[in-house]
Amino acid sequence: MQKTVSLTVNGKPASATVEGRTLLVQLLREHLGLTGTHVGCDTSQCGACVVHVDGEAVKSCTLLAVQAEGKNVLTIEGVANGDELHPMQEAFRNNHALQCGFCTPGMVMSALDLVKNNPKPTDREIREYLEGNLCRCTGYHNIVLAIAEGAAVMRGEAPPANPHGVAAE
Amino acid sequence: MAEGSIGQPIRRREDYRFLTGQGTYTDDINRPGQAYAYILRSPHANAGINRIDTSAAASAPRVVAVFTGKDMAADEIGGLPCGWLVNSKDGSPMKEPPHPVLALDRVRHVGDPVAVVIAESLGQARDAAEKIDVDYTIEPAVVDPAAALQPGAPQVWEQAPGNLCYDWALGDAGAVDAAFKGAAKTVSLDLVNNRLVPNAMEPRAAIGEYDRATGEHTLYTTSQNPHVIRLLMGAFVLHLPESKLRVVAPDVGGGFGSKIFHYAEEAIVTWAAPKVRRPVKWIAERSESFMSDAHGRDHVTHVDLALDAQNKFTALRVSTVANMGAYLSTFATCVPTYLYGTLLAGTYTTPAVYVETKAVFTHTVPVDAYRGAGRPEATFLLERIVDVAADELGIDPAELRRKNFIPANAFPYQTPVALQYDSGDYQSTLELALKAADYAGFEARRQEAGRRGKYRGIGLATYIEACGIAPSAVVGSLGARAGLFEAATVRVHPTGSVTILTGSHQHGQGHETTFAQLVADQLGIPIESIEIVHGDTAKIPYGMGTYGSRSLAVGGTAIVKAMDKIIAKGRKIAAHLLEASEADIEFKDGKFSVAGTDRSKSFGEIALTAYVPHNFPHEELEPGLDETAFYDPKNFTYPSGAHIAEIEIDPDTGRVEIVNFTASDDFGRIINPMIVAGQVHGGLAQGIGQALLEGCVYDKSTGQLLTGSYNDYAMPRADDLPSFSLSTHVTLCTHNPLGVKGCGEAGAIGAPAAIANALVDALRPLGIKHVEMPATPERLWRAIQQHQPRAAAD
Repeated sequence: MQKTVSLTVNGKPASATVEGRTLLVQLLREHLGLTGTHVGCDTSQCGACVVHVDGEAVKSCTLLAVQAEGKNVLTIEGVANGDELHPMQEAFRNNHALQCGFCTPGMVMSALDLVKNNPKPTDREIREYLEGNLCRCTGYHNIVLAIAEGAAVMRGEAPPANPHGVAAE
Repeated sequence: MAEGSIGQPIRRREDYRFLTGQGTYTDDINRPGQAYAYILRSPHANAGINRIDTSAAASAPRVVAVFTGKDMAADEIGGLPCGWLVNSKDGSPMKEPPHPVLALDRVRHVGDPVAVVIAESLGQARDAAEKIDVDYTIEPAVVDPAAALQPGAPQVWEQAPGNLCYDWALGDAGAVDAAFKGAAKTVSLDLVNNRLVPNAMEPRAAIGEYDRATGEHTLYTTSQNPHVIRLLMGAFVLHLPESKLRVVAPDVGGGFGSKIFHYAEEAIVTWAAPKVRRPVKWIAERSESFMSDAHGRDHVTHVDLALDAQNKFTALRVSTVANMGAYLSTFATCVPTYLYGTLLAGTYTTPAVYVETKAVFTHTVPVDAYRGAGRPEATFLLERIVDVAADELGIDPAELRRKNFIPANAFPYQTPVALQYDSGDYQSTLELALKAADYAGFEARRQEAGRRGKYRGIGLATYIEACGIAPSAVVGSLGARAGLFEAATVRVHPTGSVTILTGSHQHGQGHETTFAQLVADQLGIPIESIEIVHGDTAKIPYGMGTYGSRSLAVGGTAIVKAMDKIIAKGRKIAAHLLEASEADIEFKDGKFSVAGTDRSKSFGEIALTAYVPHNFPHEELEPGLDETAFYDPKNFTYPSGAHIAEIEIDPDTGRVEIVNFTASDDFGRIINPMIVAGQVHGGLAQGIGQALLEGCVYDKSTGQLLTGSYNDYAMPRADDLPSFSLSTHVTLCTHNPLGVKGCGEAGAIGAPAAIANALVDALRPLGIKHVEMPATPERLWRAIQQHQPRAAAD
C-alpha cells in the first residue's frame, strides 16, 4: 500500500510516496536524500537516528513515515545557520566530541533537546540524558564537555575555558 | 600556523562534514539502478542442509534473483582465506577448513549465510527470503572453547579432530619448569577472558557494481583496509585481477578491528552485480552484525607465576584455550599466538616464560582481532596474577611491580618471548599514575566509603603492547601471508598545494588532521594547503590499512619518507635556480636557501618550476614533484602505561560506581594531544565495558546467540562511565623518525585488569580472590552473598 506523506523538513515543504511500513528515518534517508540521520540498530537503542518532530527529540526509527504527515521535522542538516555551525555543533568540534561521526548527528539532536528542557545541565544530568544515545568511540568524556560548552553558549554565556587547550577562534 | 603544529591540539578538519550530516558512509551511497540484497542466515548452530527450495522466493514480487552456495560453487568461487598460518608445537600446520562464502552442505553457526535474495527494495528482498524453504537436520552444537576440547564434544570439522585448530607454544618450557622447582613462592589463577562483540556504531555495508564497458568491478565497503580486501577477494575468492577491481572504503563509522576482515557479503555483492546487471547493495541490520561481525577475545586460561625469596618473578607459565569460532577469520589465528604469547613478559624482567595456546573450533561466529587483539588478554592475566601474588605475599601491588619492572636504563630489552622492546620507562609512568590517583591517600577513602556501607577498592594495571605491526620479514617468518608495510604518495601541485595519498584508513582516528599536521611542519606550508586522501584503491598507490595502532607509526612514517624524497628533489631544483651547489641548499620553514645567504626560493616556487620546467636541470631530473614511499618498519613499537581504577560496590545491589579512573601512558611523541586523549577515552570505555558490562553469551545446549541485540548486550552508556584523568610520559620510539608509538588500543588493554584488580581489592575483606568479567551487578551481588556469612562469622 503506497501513501503520499507531506511534511516540513528543515523549514521546507517535502513530500514522498512511501509504503505503509516505511519508517520516518527511511523517508528522510531514502526518499528525501537526507543521509545525515543514521541507522545504527534495529531495536531503538542507539539514538543515531534522533531528529526533532514538532520540536521534540524522536528516534526516527520508531515512527512510521505516515505518522509524520503534516509535522515539522528538523534533522542534522537543518541545524547550522548556512555555513555557520550552531553553537552546539561548534562545541562538539572544540571538544573533539566526535571520532567516526556516525553517532554524532543523533548526539547533537539529543543535546539540543536536553538544553531546551534543561538549559544548565550538570555533568550527571548530561550523562543520564544520554541514556538513549550510544557512542562506541569517545567514551562520552568529550561529549559531556561539549554539551556543557554548547549549553553555556546557548545561554548567552562565554564558553568555559577549553580543557584541551584549543585556542579560541 | 605552519610552524610547530606538531604537539598542538588542533581541531579536526573532518568534523565539519560529520557535524552537518554530510559524511559519506557506505549506506549513504546509492548507485543508479541499484538492487538490494538480503541475506538469509542460519537459525541453527549446527545443521546439515538437505535441500534449499528458492522457487517461491524467486517468483515473489519484484525479486531480481536468488542465489545459494551451489550457484557460487558453479562459478568456482573460492572460500574466504585466512591470512596467517600458525604451526602447532609439533611442527604441523594448523587445520584450515574451507570457509565457503555461502554455506554449502552444512551451517556451522547461528548467522551463517545460506542464501541471498536480490530485489527492487530491501523490504521486498526480506519478504522473499521468508519464502525460502531450507530443510535442515539439526545436530548438537558446542560453543564453549573448553567444552570443545572434551571427549565426545560435537565436532565442527571432520578435518579438525577434537575441534583442535592448532596447539601452539612459545618459550623455554624447561627453563620455566626449573624455575618453578626452585621457586620460593608460586601463585596460580584460572580465568576467563570474556567474549565481546565489537559493535562499531555503523553496521557493515557493501555495494557491488560492475561496468560492462570497462570490465571494472567496484566494491564500496565498510573496511579498515580496502587494498587488503581487494587482494584477498580478488586473488582468493572471485579470481579477479586487481587492475579490474576497485575497492572504496569511504567514511567508515568505527571499526575497532571488526572491519579489517574480508567478509562474505563483500564477495556476494561483487559477484552478484554482473550476474543481475545491476549494482547490488547490502546493509547489515544490527541483529545481523551481532551474528556475522567477527567477535573478540573468548579465552579460557590457567596461569602460574613463580617468585624467588626477594619477590622477583622467576617464571611465568600460561595455558590458554582460544575460541576461533566456526571458521578461521582473516587474522584470527595470529591473535591468541603472536599478538598474545609474545606480550607475556609484560613490563617485567621475568626471565623465563612459557605459553601454550590451543585454538579450537566451535559453533559460533568467527573470533578475530578486536581493539587490542591478544594484548588485552595477555595484560589481563599478567596483571591479575601479579595482584594475586601481591595479595598472597601481603605486599603492596605497586611495590611488587616496581621490584620487577624492566628498568628504564635496560633498553633495548630482549624478552624471553621473542620481542625486543626499544624504549620505555615503566616506573615513571606508574609513579605519575599513582600520584594522579592519590594512591597514598586511598586507605582513608576506603574507610570513609565503609562508613557509608560501600566496599571501595583500588586496582592498578601496567601494560606493554606491540603496535605498528611490523617488519614484513619477521611476520612472514612467523606465518603472516601478507606484508605489513605502508605506502604514501606526496603529490605537490604546481601552485604549491599538496595532496597526500595514504594507505592508512581513518574511521574515527582523525588522520585528516594529524597527518596534515605532520606535513605542515615538515614542508613548512599551511595546513589549509594540504589534503589527505585515503580509502580508495583507485586513488591510493597501495596500503595495508589501519589496525594495531599502526597508522602514525607506519603510515605516518611512509608520508615522512615520501616528503624526504620531495625535499631532496626540491633541493636539486633550488640549487639549479639559485646557481648554488646542492650541498649548500638548506630547507627550513618552507624555504630552500643557500646557506649563509639571503638567497632563497619558496616551496611554491620550486613546485611551479617542477611543473613549468623552462629553467630546469633536465639532464639530472625529471619534471614534476610527486613521490611515493613504501615504509617497512624495523620493529614493532611498544607503547606502555599504568592505569588505576578506584571503584565502589554497593553490597545491596552489586552495582559498581567508578569513582576515579587514571591513565598514564607512554605513546612516544604526540602529534595532536586532543586526538590522543580521545583515543584513550574510547579505549578505556571499551575496556571498562569488558570488565563490567559486556559479554557475548551463547546458549550452551542449542548454540543460540542470547545476546543478539542492544537489548541483551550491555553497551557502555554515558552514565556507566566516569570522566577520565589522563597524563602521558614520553619516551621516544627509537626506530621511526617521528618517535611515535601508537595510542589506539591502550585503553582497552589496561582498563580490564585495573577494574578487576579494584573489584577484588574492594571485596578482599570478604575473602573474594577473583571475579570474572563482566562483573555485572548480579555476579557481584551473588559473590557478596556467598561470602558475607563467613565475613560475619569472622
